[in-house]
Amino acid sequence: MSEEVIPVVSMRGIEKRFPGVLANDRVDFEVRPGEIHALLGENGAGKTTLMNILYGIYQPDGGEILIRGESVVIHSPREAIELGIGMVHQHFRLVTSHSVAENIVLGLPGNLFFPEQAAREKIEEFSDRYNLTVDPEARIWQLSAGEQQRVEIIKALYRGAEILIMDEPTSMLTPGEVEDLFTVLRRMANEGNTIIFISHKLDEVMAVSDRVTVLRQGRVEATLETAQTEKRELARLMVGREVLFRIEKNEIKLGEEVLRIEGLHALNDKGLPAISGVSLRIARGEILGIAGVAGNGQRELVETIAGLRPATGGHIFVSGHEITSRSPREIIEKDVCFVPGERLTALVPEMSVTENLILKTYRDQRFIRGLFFNTREINSHADDLIERYAVTTPTRDTPLKLLSGGNIQRVMLARETSGKPALLIAAHPTSGLDVGAIEYIWQLLLKERERGTAVLLVSEDLEEALTLSDRIAVIFEGELMGIVPSVDTDLEEIGLMMAGAHRLPVPEAGE
Amino acid sequence: MNGFPALEVEKRRTVPRWLQFIAPIISLVLALVAIGIIFQALGIDPLFAYEEIFNGAFGSSYGFSETVVKSIPLMLTGIGLTLAFRARFWNIGAEGQLLIGATCATGLALAFPDWPRWLIMPLMFIIGFIGGALWGIIPALLKARWRVDEVITSLMLVYIASNLVNYLVYGPWKGPEEMGFPYTSKFSEAAQLPRLSWTRIHYPTLIIGIVIAVVIYLLLTRTKWGYEIRVTGENPSAARYAGMSYLKTLLLVMIISGGLAGLAGVGEVAGIHFRLRYPEGISPGYGFTAIIVAWLARLNPIGAVLTSLLLGGLLVGGDAIQISLGLPGATIFVFNGTILLFVLGGDLFARYRIRVKSKTEG
Repeated sequence: MSEEVIPVVSMRGIEKRFPGVLANDRVDFEVRPGEIHALLGENGAGKTTLMNILYGIYQPDGGEILIRGESVVIHSPREAIELGIGMVHQHFRLVTSHSVAENIVLGLPGNLFFPEQAAREKIEEFSDRYNLTVDPEARIWQLSAGEQQRVEIIKALYRGAEILIMDEPTSMLTPGEVEDLFTVLRRMANEGNTIIFISHKLDEVMAVSDRVTVLRQGRVEATLETAQTEKRELARLMVGREVLFRIEKNEIKLGEEVLRIEGLHALNDKGLPAISGVSLRIARGEILGIAGVAGNGQRELVETIAGLRPATGGHIFVSGHEITSRSPREIIEKDVCFVPGERLTALVPEMSVTENLILKTYRDQRFIRGLFFNTREINSHADDLIERYAVTTPTRDTPLKLLSGGNIQRVMLARETSGKPALLIAAHPTSGLDVGAIEYIWQLLLKERERGTAVLLVSEDLEEALTLSDRIAVIFEGELMGIVPSVDTDLEEIGLMMAGAHRLPVPEAGE
Repeated sequence: MNGFPALEVEKRRTVPRWLQFIAPIISLVLALVAIGIIFQALGIDPLFAYEEIFNGAFGSSYGFSETVVKSIPLMLTGIGLTLAFRARFWNIGAEGQLLIGATCATGLALAFPDWPRWLIMPLMFIIGFIGGALWGIIPALLKARWRVDEVITSLMLVYIASNLVNYLVYGPWKGPEEMGFPYTSKFSEAAQLPRLSWTRIHYPTLIIGIVIAVVIYLLLTRTKWGYEIRVTGENPSAARYAGMSYLKTLLLVMIISGGLAGLAGVGEVAGIHFRLRYPEGISPGYGFTAIIVAWLARLNPIGAVLTSLLLGGLLVGGDAIQISLGLPGATIFVFNGTILLFVLGGDLFARYRIRVKSKTEG
């Protein structure tokens, strides 16, 4: 193009400082009208901070913002909306008991009465124009995550958004819903809207964006035309070094059965059925991945195995011993290790790295001398694990909460895998971590597999589940929709199973 | 709409060590300033009042000995409370546990007036500990089994204990030679604790208190039971995940916490009064004041030895200004309440900080 296009958004030299962190360091970020611009970076790279500044949630400590060429100061989201900026947050902000139409007009000024007719007309207009199909009368709680996201997008459009910020929009969606979302985004861009797409997933960035800006440690690494780059380059920019994508997975002869679950039932925290008749088996040296959209019983399943939630029916055996509804301590003593998805339920952030490393093993005779702890032995155990698992911490006595997310997860994995478990339950082991940490944890899980551990891996990230697992069990509304081998799988089939639309006969059920 | 500067409260990532030590001291000073304003409003020169309090508590050997006397029950009870509070178990019923300890020891002393000192004295401490411990585990059991709020149950048990003591000293245990006062008969010589010279300092209890402070400190920091208590307090779900028994931990904590309050009660009847009296006569709220002792010590059992001396001094100094300035007896409760409020507040400000959110005019 010869003539200079005026960028619709131009952020120049943006700086934002939080206590102890420079979240944005002189960031220059430009978005052209009508493009889908991906903002790529690891967790903590400063993507969301930058967008929160654009949306008026944070005030920058330095730099300036130009919208359509005019310098502006955005004090609040309200002012951002007036400038035609909308934001769809990662976690939706909808009133679940209200209808779609009510949610869309909620909080708009000027109306004493509910502008029902106007709302419906607008919703229908957006539905047609962008393929944003949603029933205005439906209640939010009746909708899937993908549909709720459409409501959020319509909400932003209704407020006149022409620049739409999407924060990690695919994290809650099934593969099919992701495709639908991309279609919507492309249509919106064709109609002249501008989309800023925050992500740390390279495949998505490659698939949907026109240009991409890579952030690393608060700085802009590069802004590139997506068509003129490739995954490997983006990964290198994002992490700051070469990243392995090929995971070496050796062929392993399966050993004897370690975990056997027969017709398991359990309730969720509200007392409603969360797990209904789940049956599966895992052998030594096998990784079984549980794939599914968040909230389909994954958490309840792993908690029931770990003894943190009573089973209301069925049986669980580990190495031939029944452990159904036994106490967590008895299950720990059967060499079952558990990395829960909510990390803070298994760590004590206020306590030191050392004290967190002995949380499961503090009763061991080697750590006790007479009435007291054998401090020397405990410290050398901690030093050993810190070294072996390359935990970056100032000292072993540093409170755990001061470590980075990746290092906190290393502490957890060091504790859970160093004791040579028979069964390792790993729920979302890499969620919220950056590419470097993810790579390390993948290698660690594969090492466990080679050592002969049976691994139950729960992941919302289908790519992760496929990369690591030998077999994939798809869970939907507490039931297993089928178990498939992870090689030569049909992604579409898994997607349908995740959405509950397809079911395979489970050979292991009933026995 | 945006005319006001916005205040933001944010959590500090770490509380620096110096702040941890200085926060209670600043809190104390601010509390004294606040109380000074009350004095001023009553027409009393605050500086003069503080001088009187200080002189009353530490200015004479008699005053100081009385400060030590009052610090003994505060120390024992306060040490126990540091343990309970570390487990985030809000035992505010130490007063009741103290009274039950006193009652049990009294029962034993009255029942066996002929037993020699070497036998009766240790038994009184033991039964006092057991009595306080049993009173203390009731809220623990209710909490662990049915999630009943321990603040309510432990507090209500204070009133039951208090009425039990009243019933005994006005009824079956009333001493015939006590001329109608609500007292039991005086203990035998053997059941009376020795005192230091001319003072009322029953030194065996004091020594027990100091030794126990060290023992509890070691328990908390160096043993697996202390580790379980700390993990349970910091993150109950992590404790459950690690296979720790919530019930067992609470029982351990409350046996010790209630038991130590019980020992304090034994010290009062065997070392000061030589008899059981109406509840207010046994304890002017030591069990409640000990809450301040524990917090001011930042839940460190050894620190509680020092802070009990400070609070003991306030009790003695408070008595002194009641007489010299003609203030009502409730003054000291205002004092204690204000101090607790400021100490808790100081703790909050040590962990959080307030910032004025930079907001240009809109």
